Amino acid sequence: MVKTYVHPYIPNSVPETKQEMMREIGIKDIEELYVDVPKKFRLKRRLNLPKPLSEHEVRRKVEVLLSKDKTTRDMPTFLGAGCWAHHVPAVVDAIVQRSEFLTSYTPYQPEISQGILQAMFEYQSMICELTAMDVANSSLYDWASGLGEAMRMAMRLNNRTQALVPRIIHPERLATLQTYVEPLGLQIKSVGHNPKTGLLNLNELKQKCSDATAAVYIENPSYLGFIETQVEEIAEIAHRKGALFIVGIDPISLAVLKPPGEYGADIVVGEGQPLGNHMNFGGPLLGMFACRGEMELIRQMPGRIIGMTTTLDGSKTGFCMALQTREQHIRRERAASNICTNEALCALASAAYLAMLGPQGLRELGETIMLKARYAMQLLSEIRGVRAPVFESPHFKEFTVNFGKAGKTVKSVHQALLKHHGVHGGKDVSREFPELGETALYSVTEVHSEEEIERLAQALENVLNVGKG
Amino acid sequence: MPAIKEEVKKRVGDIVTRLPPKLRRKTLPRLPELSEEEVVRHFTRLSQMNYGVDLGFYPLGSCTMKYNPKIADLLASGVAEIHPYQDESTVQGILEILYTLSNWLAEITGTHEVSLQPAAGAQGEFLGALIMRACHKFNGDIEKRTQLIVPDSAHGTNPASGTMAGFKIVVVPSDPNGCVDLKALKAAVSERTAGLMLTNPNTLGIFEEEIAEIAETVHDAGGLLYYDGANLNAILGKVRPGDMGFDIVHINIHKTFGTPHGGGGPGAGPIGACEELAKFLPVPCIGYDENHRRYFLDYDRPESIGKVKGFYGNIGVLIRAYAYILSLGAEGLEQAAEMSVLNANYLVKKLSSVRGFELPYAEGRPRKHECVLSAKTLYKENGVRAVDVAKRILDYGMHSPTTYFPLIVDEALMIEPTESVEKEELDRFVEVMKRISDEAYSNPDLVKKAPQNVAVTRLDEAKASHPKTMTLSWRMHQKRNVIKGAAP
Repeated sequence: MVKTYVHPYIPNSVPETKQEMMREIGIKDIEELYVDVPKKFRLKRRLNLPKPLSEHEVRRKVEVLLSKDKTTRDMPTFLGAGCWAHHVPAVVDAIVQRSEFLTSYTPYQPEISQGILQAMFEYQSMICELTAMDVANSSLYDWASGLGEAMRMAMRLNNRTQALVPRIIHPERLATLQTYVEPLGLQIKSVGHNPKTGLLNLNELKQKCSDATAAVYIENPSYLGFIETQVEEIAEIAHRKGALFIVGIDPISLAVLKPPGEYGADIVVGEGQPLGNHMNFGGPLLGMFACRGEMELIRQMPGRIIGMTTTLDGSKTGFCMALQTREQHIRRERAASNICTNEALCALASAAYLAMLGPQGLRELGETIMLKARYAMQLLSEIRGVRAPVFESPHFKEFTVNFGKAGKTVKSVHQALLKHHGVHGGKDVSREFPELGETALYSVTEVHSEEEIERLAQALENVLNVGKG
Repeated sequence: MPAIKEEVKKRVGDIVTRLPPKLRRKTLPRLPELSEEEVVRHFTRLSQMNYGVDLGFYPLGSCTMKYNPKIADLLASGVAEIHPYQDESTVQGILEILYTLSNWLAEITGTHEVSLQPAAGAQGEFLGALIMRACHKFNGDIEKRTQLIVPDSAHGTNPASGTMAGFKIVVVPSDPNGCVDLKALKAAVSERTAGLMLTNPNTLGIFEEEIAEIAETVHDAGGLLYYDGANLNAILGKVRPGDMGFDIVHINIHKTFGTPHGGGGPGAGPIGACEELAKFLPVPCIGYDENHRRYFLDYDRPESIGKVKGFYGNIGVLIRAYAYILSLGAEGLEQAAEMSVLNANYLVKKLSSVRGFELPYAEGRPRKHECVLSAKTLYKENGVRAVDVAKRILDYGMHSPTTYFPLIVDEALMIEPTESVEKEELDRFVEVMKRISDEAYSNPDLVKKAPQNVAVTRLDEAKASHPKTMTLSWRMHQKRNVIKGAAP
């Protein structure tokens, strides 16, 4: 038993209070409450953990550790690939720190949770507007697991056994998808692309798409940054065979790019992190999930969905969780998904973010990002030995950079950039796609100033051609 | 929007015309058009219509709504601008934190190794079930071992997660003490058994005394034992799942380690595995290279089940847990367990004598961190149901307990006070329950019409889910009204 220690988080540990409570329930020792734990299993020592620290010590300890890290603010960083540096307005941070939101949980009691419920309904509505879909849920964990859920949903809808995904897909998303569908025995086949443009090989898609295809999945912008332009053709090929069309998106592109709902998508998944969420070393993220409005689809949708309703007496509009009969706490082993805790606070951040930017703001942001990324591609491709981008298609914010002609590996170039120039290069994709040779995936957004882009180009020039590496 | 230099604009040219016209968005998305202050006011107003732990008592059973330390929130912002693919030399600090945290969680749960990857408890369960699957596959048994056993008192996520991992669910009943019926379990296990998912203490707050026999039964049949960590708070430092015979354990970071629940998430659901199963954990795990004294992401795990999500886990949540454990230490965690149990038993004592309520199962046995009351008698005598009691509690400025769970209790009210609540607040809650009982007996309509003192009165949940009235987005609302011929 813990004897005298009183921690500010544990008020009744004050000895007098504790005694009084024990007296009330008729015990002399806390251990009497653990009598039913078999003795042989009891831990007969204290847990091997550090001694309690004061708040000041906790703060020092964590800050000292974190001071060993470099953040993207300390060095121009050109990483993306599923998690991106975007500006998070101060308003968004202020809103998600409101402890009425922060310290609440799933709105099981809607009458005292109208705040988060309405915010989630607004989030869902704005995701629908962005994607041009009818229904969105109030979040899944991230894009990768959202894709897994989407494919499972497709299988529930048409009982088919194969999925078609592009050869150019984020490897972590592919790995997660495999994990999610393996128990169902779903076979994942990949579809190649035109090596020049990166665009999906439609003939191959036609050959592979059959009556066994549950869904065709594409990413737009693609994992390697280029924009897939044959979207209507892909949708038609999928639909002709009765397969669903699932599209993975970066929502920050959707005031500029055509929304997937306008080119035949049945399910849309994506990463909501760019909309007002910090990178946090890769999590929490925000799994976006939307689908068409047919009841058949809605009933198979995973995750919490908030609906607009009225009070029972009809006098007031209000919000509550809808369609809970799909969910695990009601339907148990027959549920559409097991998800319970989701990423509501990240969805709240995105709702606030979209409200801040508005339609025009989001379009200007998209254009700014494309312009800066294009500027970076132009500067980089002027460097001897560099090819950027590898694919001859329009790109959004990410693009491939190849160092093959410079005779250097991505690894050596990036080490030199980091060590001698304080610049962090993009993600090395040379092992993911060996056919691309020494290639990296760079990301440029509104947070990269022109000076930083120029600094990157200068640094690469030095590393590759001046020879001081 | 940062302005772009004219010469850069000129050089790059018109970016939009480079896009094929068929890929351009024609009409802008219909998003709000507001000033910054309007946005702040809107969401601040919404926050005022939301109840959180910081506002008062939140005894939502099974959810462990304990205090969320502010220092943890503050420190979490330190990782905000770190990218997950940064060179390992630039992230040694956060890797050390995660490495240490996973070792601490292994020590707390008595497991061999912990993966921090799952984003929530349910994802941890899914992963745990996949590890069972991987193990039986490894042993060439998976064709045979298709059944996963769960008690009838289990969380809904257990059967749902098991099904997702491809298992058939076999439900075992509870005995008169609310614990796993050992005889029924013995009859249920066979060479088809993949494993058993169990939470201990169980959802009634009762410790499964026969855990040794349960573990032996499952293991002897060749099955694996999975620990649902939802109720871990009760036993921190007292008894460890690994020592009780559990092979796989998930931890709800947002419950046990005091991280905020965020209106529904994000949480984190790390998984611990025994030595034999650790090889199946997802990639990457966090490693430490003693020779070079550096932390690294370990992808070299050929038997790994792969990945359940992108990157490494909900780091912004996990770093808060690291701060929480630092603050409490071994003694503090054990004290948290003790006081959560003392608080729950104090409520048992005070509430079971309130008219209309009773404490079903295992009379006289101590509860752990939570207790489940039944409002069966109240319903029978006054027509007042558990849901009515819950709604009336809201009128008194508190959050209600979990209702209608576990399924084995009629008119259930599942109460988990946690260690964070002071005695005076517990007494106030008891007072509220007594008053509601009085009201139910003297003026039942008052309770049935609750709540009246909150943002909205009781909502029409049937209307929200009915195909004809369902409104799941503004877009859907407008489409519906256009069909009806009304102005959108």
